[in-house]
Amino acid sequence: MISDFHPIPALVGGAMIGLASVMLMAFAGRIAGTSGIAQRLFPPYVDNVMPGRIAYLAGLIAAPGAMMLAGLAKSGPQIDAGLPLLLFAGALVGFGSVWGNGCTSGHGVCGIARLSIRSFAAAGTFTAAAMVSTYIVRHVL
Amino acid sequence: MPVFIQFLCGLLFGAGLIVSDLANPPTLLGFFDIAALATGGWDPTLLFGLIGAVGVTFVGYRIVFARHRPIYAERFELPSATKIDARLLTGAALFGLGWGIAGLCPSPAVTVLGFGGMKAITYATALLGGMFLARTLATHLAARAV
Repeated sequence: MISDFHPIPALVGGAMIGLASVMLMAFAGRIAGTSGIAQRLFPPYVDNVMPGRIAYLAGLIAAPGAMMLAGLAKSGPQIDAGLPLLLFAGALVGFGSVWGNGCTSGHGVCGIARLSIRSFAAAGTFTAAAMVSTYIVRHVL
Repeated sequence: MPVFIQFLCGLLFGAGLIVSDLANPPTLLGFFDIAALATGGWDPTLLFGLIGAVGVTFVGYRIVFARHRPIYAERFELPSATKIDARLLTGAALFGLGWGIAGLCPSPAVTVLGFGGMKAITYATALLGGMFLARTLATHLAARAV
């Protein structure tokens, strides 16, 4: 339950996330929002930049392998929730991120960096909601 | 070339998630568990990760937007909506409720697929299913409104 807190890796990893977001805007002119990118794998298709989307998502998926090859990834993630709860939570996260036009990357990083008022509202709302459901799962159920 | 650079952007983003430990559910749930503030087990990793990410993006975007256009695209594609509406808040609330259950938002959900495993595949499948449902519903509502 209790995880270690390492401030320097957290800041450095965060900075890498920021740099990736800046690069995607500089080269492709796109917000590095994973839900925005992933949802456009589905119709309606309104543009012709699908190869770039697939390449970006492939990069995300390739990261663990690359980090393990470089000796920088210790181990895989610790996913404690069981399959039924994962199905429920995944569907909520997928639906909500599309309905609310963004997730942690799109609203929480890129939107806040653009000083978007909608992103501040969304990030505050989803963080508060996450605190509620974590509380319910850990302390009520 | 542009497609390869987008692969590198995703790779760097995913590597950042792993370095910061933000692709690991206990780290997120440790941040959301505010009851732990009283007992001493609260985990501020998400806060530090976001400070690094938003700080770099805030400065970097200003440099990038000083240019007229992206290097490999016609123009910057930025959201045009400016009003906080019920749909934004409803979506964010549903997203947050799911995030607080499993500790995986979309970027880590995709990244952990690279570690493999039944749980990662199950979660990503449900995530894509939810996205498909919302996108389809939004398209139907938009068509009816016209």
